[in-house]
Amino acid sequence: MRRGWGTAVIATLIATTAIAVAVSKHRSRALLDAQQELSWERDRLKTEWAQLQLEEAALAAHGQVERVARERLDMQEPDEFVAVEVTP
Amino acid sequence: MTRARNNHRVEAAEPQPVSPWRARVILLGLGLGVFALVGRAFELQVRDRDFLEAEGAKRFERTVQVPAGRAAIRDRRGEPLALSAPVESVWAVPEDLLADTASLPLVARLLGQAPDELRAFLQARESRRFVYLRRHMAPADARRVQAVNAEGVFLQREYRRFYPAGEIASQLVGVTNIDNRGQEGMELAYDEWLQGTPGSRRVIRDRTGRVVEDLAEFTPPDPGEDLHLSIDLRLQYVAYRELKDAVDRSGARGGLVLLLDPRTGEVLAMASQPGFNPNRRDEIGTAGVRNRVITDTFEPGSTVKPLLIAQAMDAGVIDWRTQIETGLGYYKVGRLQIRDFRGYGQLDLAGVLRKSSQVGAAKIGLQVGAEGVWSAYNDFGLAETVGTGFPGEASGVMRHFTEWGEIATATASYGYGLAVTALQLGRAYASLADDGRLRPLSLVKLDEVPPPLRQVVSVENAQRVRHWLEGVVAPDGTANRAAVPGYRVAGKTGTVRKVKADGYDENTHMALFAGMLPADNPQVVGLVVIDEPQHGGYYGGVVAAPVFAKVMKSAARLLRIPPADFQPPASEALTASTDQSSPT
Repeated sequence: MRRGWGTAVIATLIATTAIAVAVSKHRSRALLDAQQELSWERDRLKTEWAQLQLEEAALAAHGQVERVARERLDMQEPDEFVAVEVTP
Repeated sequence: MTRARNNHRVEAAEPQPVSPWRARVILLGLGLGVFALVGRAFELQVRDRDFLEAEGAKRFERTVQVPAGRAAIRDRRGEPLALSAPVESVWAVPEDLLADTASLPLVARLLGQAPDELRAFLQARESRRFVYLRRHMAPADARRVQAVNAEGVFLQREYRRFYPAGEIASQLVGVTNIDNRGQEGMELAYDEWLQGTPGSRRVIRDRTGRVVEDLAEFTPPDPGEDLHLSIDLRLQYVAYRELKDAVDRSGARGGLVLLLDPRTGEVLAMASQPGFNPNRRDEIGTAGVRNRVITDTFEPGSTVKPLLIAQAMDAGVIDWRTQIETGLGYYKVGRLQIRDFRGYGQLDLAGVLRKSSQVGAAKIGLQVGAEGVWSAYNDFGLAETVGTGFPGEASGVMRHFTEWGEIATATASYGYGLAVTALQLGRAYASLADDGRLRPLSLVKLDEVPPPLRQVVSVENAQRVRHWLEGVVAPDGTANRAAVPGYRVAGKTGTVRKVKADGYDENTHMALFAGMLPADNPQVVGLVVIDEPQHGGYYGGVVAAPVFAKVMKSAARLLRIPPADFQPPASEALTASTDQSSPT
């Protein structure tokens, strides 16, 4: 009788762990999938970031800024030294 | 028969004992089966295990490269000078793509080629398993090619180098080749630093190519580190703009501008003409790639006079009250006739510098002697490399003083017969600016200032010479066009005849100006060299000095250097104008 119970308990445990292994495997794959997804996303964002930096650098290129300042905004380089006190 | 026996009410239907041979046969059969299984299992699990595992791994395990991407080069304020952005390269297996006759024309059109052209291209390479169709495409365009789903067409992620500053700092920053390895300039000098090492991970992929399991092996990518150069892109832009303008207007062969911070030895700007655009591959390999500031040597001419005078005073051969008789502007040393622009009579040392008297300098040089002049220049570092690590750095040329006769000593006193790089000359002026301390120069932003190499001349003598050099920029000096309104500027001109095939040519010159601002406590040192100006004069004071003035004026504003008579505003005042020359 005792032995029968012992066997049953062990059998249950084995069955449980077997299922648990399958479940965790499944979860791990799902997580891996999510991680893949995220690393693609990161890749995409990196690409975008690099492109934005380039775009910013192109727009803020000194030659470009100077042309806009001089021609469109009619600005000029200051000749005088002016100190402005800024109070926060 | 059995039925009959049952009908006879046999008590218990005792089975007939099985004949032992049957049991044995079955047992034997089972035993053989088990043996075969165990044997096969042994064969697979133990004997062939390594082989099979390796074969299996070959079929579904993959090592995936994790690209690191090349790090950026930035200026001292973090503005990007070189950036890597991901792009796609399209490659194909020629045989497979040729077989896919339906998709080929589509692919060709997306690549901007005629179908026949692409077909011919592939047929010529049919035996290969890998051929690039187009490298470095914009990711969006590349995905369109991929969407065709043609046989044997694949994308490969690569990084392309972009240079947002373009031509402005191109010779200093340098370029990489198409495989992202440094080829010129700082890209080459710091190639390892920027490159980084790609990481890798070992994964199991399923049939559709999705990663289903990450194995334990993972080497994280080690991205290169951003390189912060010492230059300030704002100053670099001004230097580039003014130099280009001056070179274009004077029809010169080239030129350079160098700005240094004398207190740290950092290079603040380094422009060189002719230039090139690093974003255009076809311009790489032209003369514009050369960084003249670092790789070219020239005779420094009169710009060495302040160095000589400071050293002569330091050696005690002359002192600050010494008067030099330059007479009518003629002086004969052996066969050499030294001439001044005109006779200046008796000059003090300030006068020798202000008038840039060749006679005066030669007389001082002969008084100091060959060894003295030689070691004076050596102390200022004119014969040693500056040690920036920049590829192709020149070291200058100076013969040993034992080979100098009287004539060589006299000519060396006014800067002929030796060749220096702009970096060496700039550094010598930076040491005058920093009270006689000669510092190592750096092209990379410094976190802490290294100790100076040596004290070249005493603090008083450096200050005296600086004060005299203000006279050069004064209204009656040779370089009044180097003046910056509101600031005390010290500097020295140089006009050097260039050596052609048959000796010094009277018609080709280099115009130089080296100076600093503000004279009493210099924060920027500038050097301008214009090579072979054609129109509008050739004197250093006429061609180079105005460039210096324009660059320095902007530098003073951008670096917020207060003018000479600047008073900090009282707390009530909002603005304080200090420029007297233009009333508002």
